[in-house]
Amino acid sequence: MSTPTKVKKSNLAPPSEQRWELRLYVAGQTSKSVTAFANLKKICAEYITGKYTIEVVDLVTNPTLAKGDQILAVPTLVRKLPSPIRKILGDLSDTQRVLVGLDLREMEKQSHES
Amino acid sequence: MKTKPIKAQKLRPLEKISSGISGLDEITGGGLPKGRPTLVCGNAGCGKTLMAMEFLVRGATDHNEPGVFMSFEENEEELTRNVASLGFDLDALSAKKKIVLDHVRIERSEIEETGEYDLEGLFIRLNYAIESIGAKRVVLDTIEGLFAGLPNHSILRSELRRLFRWLKDKGMSAIITAERGDGLLTRHGLEEYVADCVILLDHRVNEQLSTRRLRVVKYRGSVHGTNEYPFLISKDGFSVLPVTSMGLDHPASSERISSGVERLDTMLGGKGFFRGSSILVSGTAGTGKSSIAAAFVDAAARRGERALYFAFEESQNQILRNMKSISLDLEPWVKKGLLQFHASRPSLCGLEMHLLNIYDAVKKFKPSVVVMDPVTNLISVGTEIEVRSMLTRLIDFFKTEQVTAVFPSLTSGDTSISSPSEVGIASLMDVWVLLRNIESAGERNRGLYILKARGMEHSNQIREVILSNHGIGLVDVYAGPESVLTGSARIEQAGREKADIDRRKALMERREREIARERGVIAAQVAVLNAGLEAKIDEFNQEITDETLLDQVNAKSRVNLAANRQADVEPKIKATNGHNRVEAVRK
Repeated sequence: MSTPTKVKKSNLAPPSEQRWELRLYVAGQTSKSVTAFANLKKICAEYITGKYTIEVVDLVTNPTLAKGDQILAVPTLVRKLPSPIRKILGDLSDTQRVLVGLDLREMEKQSHES
Repeated sequence: MKTKPIKAQKLRPLEKISSGISGLDEITGGGLPKGRPTLVCGNAGCGKTLMAMEFLVRGATDHNEPGVFMSFEENEEELTRNVASLGFDLDALSAKKKIVLDHVRIERSEIEETGEYDLEGLFIRLNYAIESIGAKRVVLDTIEGLFAGLPNHSILRSELRRLFRWLKDKGMSAIITAERGDGLLTRHGLEEYVADCVILLDHRVNEQLSTRRLRVVKYRGSVHGTNEYPFLISKDGFSVLPVTSMGLDHPASSERISSGVERLDTMLGGKGFFRGSSILVSGTAGTGKSSIAAAFVDAAARRGERALYFAFEESQNQILRNMKSISLDLEPWVKKGLLQFHASRPSLCGLEMHLLNIYDAVKKFKPSVVVMDPVTNLISVGTEIEVRSMLTRLIDFFKTEQVTAVFPSLTSGDTSISSPSEVGIASLMDVWVLLRNIESAGERNRGLYILKARGMEHSNQIREVILSNHGIGLVDVYAGPESVLTGSARIEQAGREKADIDRRKALMERREREIARERGVIAAQVAVLNAGLEAKIDEFNQEITDETLLDQVNAKSRVNLAANRQADVEPKIKATNGHNRVEAVRK
């Protein structure tokens, strides 16, 4: 995943129309999940301001939900939309990798070019 | 992090649970460790998943221990379909809350890692599944799937270690399957973590025949069989065939049963074989091995016992037809259900499969008599050692079941003592009946003798086997001063002997008659002589009488004469005259 993701046709739609539906799976209020949530909010606010929703799922209280998105590791960030589904494991401390994982590279470039 | 996290918790014997896999419990002395993880490793396609699944299903159905199957490879539907062929209905078991199937799908391409994480999600899922049915058994299949899906192996390793610890703390009896690695038991060295019990599965192909083998590499806190045991995956599931684990403690019956050939019974102390014994009937082609086996089967059916006939050479119909030629009609027994045939080519499947088929057939039909005709055909399927170990198991099995078994064995060559493989087999047998061709005077005859018969008196004589439309007959061979003769030479010799006896008898009779005749002749002669003697005696008596008379007359005449003439007379002349005169006087 080190090579930059190519621009896909679907992603060429005007950024204003795109919405990011993100779901963060955590297991209890551990330090990792807290860090992950904080990192996520920061990245979203920076790159896709106002175009996202974040849903936090605590598997301790809702264990059945783990199966739906095939969650093994926590914390896991799942990008439900735009498709395809992407999963990012870990506390999201590496912003570059999160951007790659969320296919936000293009946005980043665009924002730098403009 | 080389510490071994698993230690025996208390000083008491390890509790075990039945694995549900036939044979495995025998090897491990009771089953898998209770409440501990067991690692099952092996190459692709060697049956890890099936073994794990059977462990789970048997636990759910037979031991009321529900189980969770967490699969990292196949999804629920595939699993259900795959094991349906073994008769496991996972859908029904799931519906009854006996089993939970959980497919964990990890798509490497959609995963990105950033920073720290753990596998708590997996724990939660597993925990939820366990709680939902109160599971006692857990299967993780195949753990390698995780390594492929998650890039950070160091996290994975420590998390797996935690997982196994956690399973142990929850008291789950678990099977974790793993791929075999190069030089290692598992590709990722999992045996380091899951160290309580390690079972290795192997699948190898020898001369185009595949055999699966199982070995218990390690079983902490328990003795176990250390050999490689062949195992099979058949329509009834997974089964391990422990060769050497069987003890030699089968019962020994002193009941005797007829061999179906009267003279053979006579040769065996008059009573036949011991029930439950193993009988080797060896001989070259065409010496009547199958016929003797068929006679034995026939005798069993006549007693109302069941007989099972494994034919590796002929089909059922062929055997039935052929045996009719020696007036052994086995067909009624087949119809009555007393006799069953299992005809198959030895090369149809591997030895283990044959063995299993035999086990199954014997368990189902419960015969008291079994024939394996010919047992030597199985040698073509495996190596000598394999065949021998298979036969050992088979014989042990038959003995435990108190089945009397006849093993016709084909020997090659004309030598009476036999190929090495036969010698190998023979030591396992209780009775060895040897059939051999005796060639002499331009013909071939069948000879039979008993090479050994454990625990019974037996004849040391060679008998000739005569197969005719009157059945199987054993006759004494001609063992005269000149040589041992069989067949027409024996008949000829017997004829010659009879003629000889007849001739001598006639001679004696003639001599007797001659003597009788001679006695008659002599008697007649004696009679004649006696008659002559009588006559002479008579004559002599007469003479005496005459003489006396004459003397009297003479005396009188002399007196008279003397008186008349007073002269002397010649007495002799006068006597004669005197006699005549007497005659005359009488007339």
